[in-house]
Amino acid sequence: MSAELETVFDLTLTVNGVAHHESVEARRHLADFLREDLGLTGTHIGCEHGVCGACTVLMDGEIVRACLTLAVQCEGRHIETIEGLSDSGRIAGLQEAFRTRNALQCGYCTPGMLIAASALMDIEPAPDRAEIREHISGNYCRCTGYHAIVDAVEAALAARTEGAR
Amino acid sequence: MTRDVPSPLTALDRPNSYIGRAVPRPNLARLTEGRGEYVSDLVLPRMVHVVYVRSPHAHARIRAIDAAEAKRAKGVVAVVTGRELAEVCTPWVGVLTHMVGLKSAPQHAMAVDRACWQGEAVVAIVARTRALAEDAAELVEIDYEPLPAVTDMMTALDPQTPVIHPALGDNLAFERNFTGGDPAAAFAAADHVIEADFGFGRHTGVTLEPRAMVADFNAGTGRLTAYLGTQAPHMMQNILSIHLGMSEQQIRVVCKDVGGSFGIKVHVYADEMATAALSKLLKRPVKFVADRLESFLTDIHARDHRLKGRIAVKADGTITAFEIDDVTGIGPYSVYPRTSAVEANQVVNLTGGPYACPNYKARARVVFQNKTVTCQYRAVGHPIATAVTEGLVDLAARRIGMDPVEIRRKNLIRDDAYPCASATGLKFEALSHHAALDKLLAMMDYPKLRAEQAALRTKGIHRGIGFASFIEITNPGAAFYGVGGARISSQDGAVVRMDATGAVTVQTSATEQGQGTEAVIAQVVATALGVPLDIVRVISGDTDQTPYGGGTWASRAAGIGGEAAWQAGKALRANVVAVAGAILQADPDSLDVRGGAVVDAASGRERLSLAELGRIVYFRPDTLPPGFQAELMAVRHYVPRGYPFAFTNGIQASYLEVEDGFVKLLGHWVVEDCGTILNPQLVDEQVRGGVVQGLGGALFEQCVYDAEGQMQNASMADYLVPMACEMPDIQVGHIVSPTADSELGAKGAGEAGTAGAPAAVMNAINDALAPFGATLTEMPFTPDRILSALKQARQRGGADVAAPAGTPA
Repeated sequence: MSAELETVFDLTLTVNGVAHHESVEARRHLADFLREDLGLTGTHIGCEHGVCGACTVLMDGEIVRACLTLAVQCEGRHIETIEGLSDSGRIAGLQEAFRTRNALQCGYCTPGMLIAASALMDIEPAPDRAEIREHISGNYCRCTGYHAIVDAVEAALAARTEGAR
Repeated sequence: MTRDVPSPLTALDRPNSYIGRAVPRPNLARLTEGRGEYVSDLVLPRMVHVVYVRSPHAHARIRAIDAAEAKRAKGVVAVVTGRELAEVCTPWVGVLTHMVGLKSAPQHAMAVDRACWQGEAVVAIVARTRALAEDAAELVEIDYEPLPAVTDMMTALDPQTPVIHPALGDNLAFERNFTGGDPAAAFAAADHVIEADFGFGRHTGVTLEPRAMVADFNAGTGRLTAYLGTQAPHMMQNILSIHLGMSEQQIRVVCKDVGGSFGIKVHVYADEMATAALSKLLKRPVKFVADRLESFLTDIHARDHRLKGRIAVKADGTITAFEIDDVTGIGPYSVYPRTSAVEANQVVNLTGGPYACPNYKARARVVFQNKTVTCQYRAVGHPIATAVTEGLVDLAARRIGMDPVEIRRKNLIRDDAYPCASATGLKFEALSHHAALDKLLAMMDYPKLRAEQAALRTKGIHRGIGFASFIEITNPGAAFYGVGGARISSQDGAVVRMDATGAVTVQTSATEQGQGTEAVIAQVVATALGVPLDIVRVISGDTDQTPYGGGTWASRAAGIGGEAAWQAGKALRANVVAVAGAILQADPDSLDVRGGAVVDAASGRERLSLAELGRIVYFRPDTLPPGFQAELMAVRHYVPRGYPFAFTNGIQASYLEVEDGFVKLLGHWVVEDCGTILNPQLVDEQVRGGVVQGLGGALFEQCVYDAEGQMQNASMADYLVPMACEMPDIQVGHIVSPTADSELGAKGAGEAGTAGAPAAVMNAINDALAPFGATLTEMPFTPDRILSALKQARQRGGADVAAPAGTPA
């Protein structure tokens, strides 16, 4: 323990469109801040060392590991979590595809997986299965074996293409 | 009899049946929106957090603990040593009486005077927040006297090796010897005897949500509520009551969403017992969430077997005998209450299981060591038995120049041979090895793959095809644990209740771990009762609310819990038509429940809505005939009695490429036979998820220890689990041989994938490397091991063609 880590900073940021003014310790990472200070438990913690991807959230539209991001680094930033993305309907098509395809079992990786997959859909119009697999490889799933997740992302992409016609 | 599709003329052929359909799981909307209720999310009033100071040594005497500074640290509520906690929680010994000779030493919730593995909890720090508890943990001074660590299981029984528990006399926890038929004569008479050594890396489950518990002892009620991600709530209720000195009724175990189990969360963990004891001691809720580094050192590990195997064959390919000699290291204690002898016992039981071969000899020795304990993880023993069996079968085929498919066709138990028994006495009701093999070959287009493999060989591209037939133990009755004295229920129950609107609530003792239990229970009850699925709600995972039962393990939830729900649903339907008969003045036998209404059975014409029936039963019972009592709640329990286990079977195939020592998985196929398929989507996803856990053990996953018992890769960055980009698409097919033990005829499907995948990959790698004379039998098949095997083969002069790219010179 060192005093510097316990130093409290004022923090202003936006989470799911809501402005927050909070006091946080320097050592508080974003995942703990979201879960414990804001009660947003949809962001999950799987490893706390940046490997498993369960804590994936959006910062200013880019996917980040909330466990590797200190809350104080988010000053002035816009954070979006699974709660906000669900309420806004922005990833509704992907969520529907996950449900239809049973692309989740225990559901613990799912919020992070959905956010990672939606980021791919934002940048790639028509990724193939190998590209989908490559993109979600930073998100571990221990239940599904990934096949159903790849199917669901493909289905969501197809539905989006269909809807755009 | 085996057939490709279920017969239409069964009790399952109800109008509007949901059986066999991919109905949606009721939990998915919640879980995809981040609205899960995992134990790690739970916050209770006056809750505090515990962090454990863990032994950095694999084996050490605890000479002194100085916690004075930690006790004064900010936010600290209590600092408790193992000796102090032993006053609240009694020790346990992980043995079962039917594992004859199995011994273990008393294990405490925290180390009392000696730590026996790196990671054993020594001091508990309870504080207002997790961070403050971790701060205080750094202030604890523990004076350790390091003791010699027993780490190599192959020398654990040597006379010069220290004995971990002197009172036990030696480091041998359990030994089993088995001889069936006349293996000595069979080996003597064989045309070929092929031997190989097999190694199975120690690995672990890596549930994405680490183990978590909130223990809430309420001094006002004298009750302990344990919120726990567990597979077996009633087992835990019993264990907590025994060791905390409370009655079972004073214990409530609640299991909501669980972030992955796979067998990891069916055991008694010392730090969870300590958390419950701390709650009792402090009279307030105590939360424990393992961090990932703790998970690697304290979640049970599994596998860690070394075997010598041999097979006897005739020149025509007839297999005449198997023999194995297995050694496994289980850590310093046999895990409570299921014991750590089960995996080795399963290896003995299952080796050679798919084959009609009566001559079998086996020895298994289970030894103590100063590493993390091992115990049952998904497919217990199956991946080992399958890989040894199928590895030997392939080596035999190669020796006699037979195609791996042909040797299997020649020796797999015939599909018309049932019922029959294995060499070890396992009873098989109805399996379908040959039908499964035929279906698999068609799915993968075997001749085309062989042609492609041959064409690519000429271009220096080395691909392999590997097969693995397997059997899987599912739907266990009392034979696993009950007969050995463990208070682990082998039966499950279901309560089905219809409310005044006609809505249905089911309480089940089967538990939901993400595999879809609640969906299966709902579709079974909706079908049995004759109501739409969307009015059926399922409650599970709460010892205060559900019938007493076993929970989820050994692929039993659908086969056992599902049958209990089916019977309860049928019983409630009989009650409903009895009420309807009284209201309508009709013969109940002329009525049925279909589509959520009481109908005339012959014509299907609606006679009475369930809402109207419910209104009369609950609000105007005065209008029912005198003496008639409506019962809109029914309860049934079920346990298979005809066979100790419902065996399933199947076969897997792997197609892969080896380049620069790396294995690239190109295709994976599975045909399995789990009897009646209640929900095809959920079965397929159990298979796929199981396959990938098997592939992890075959290619990546290993807990690496040094000679001092220090785990070298206890982080997610260093312990490799399968990533999406490394895994193939997995094609799944089915043969359906229902069990006649139950009306539904469903067997388990949770472990088939894990059982066969490592063997299929091993055989495919060895097929790819066959031209170089390299054979790998030690998992995981890392690039280093593959390149070493190629180098050794070349030094032996086994290669008659150029080594593949990447082979060390």
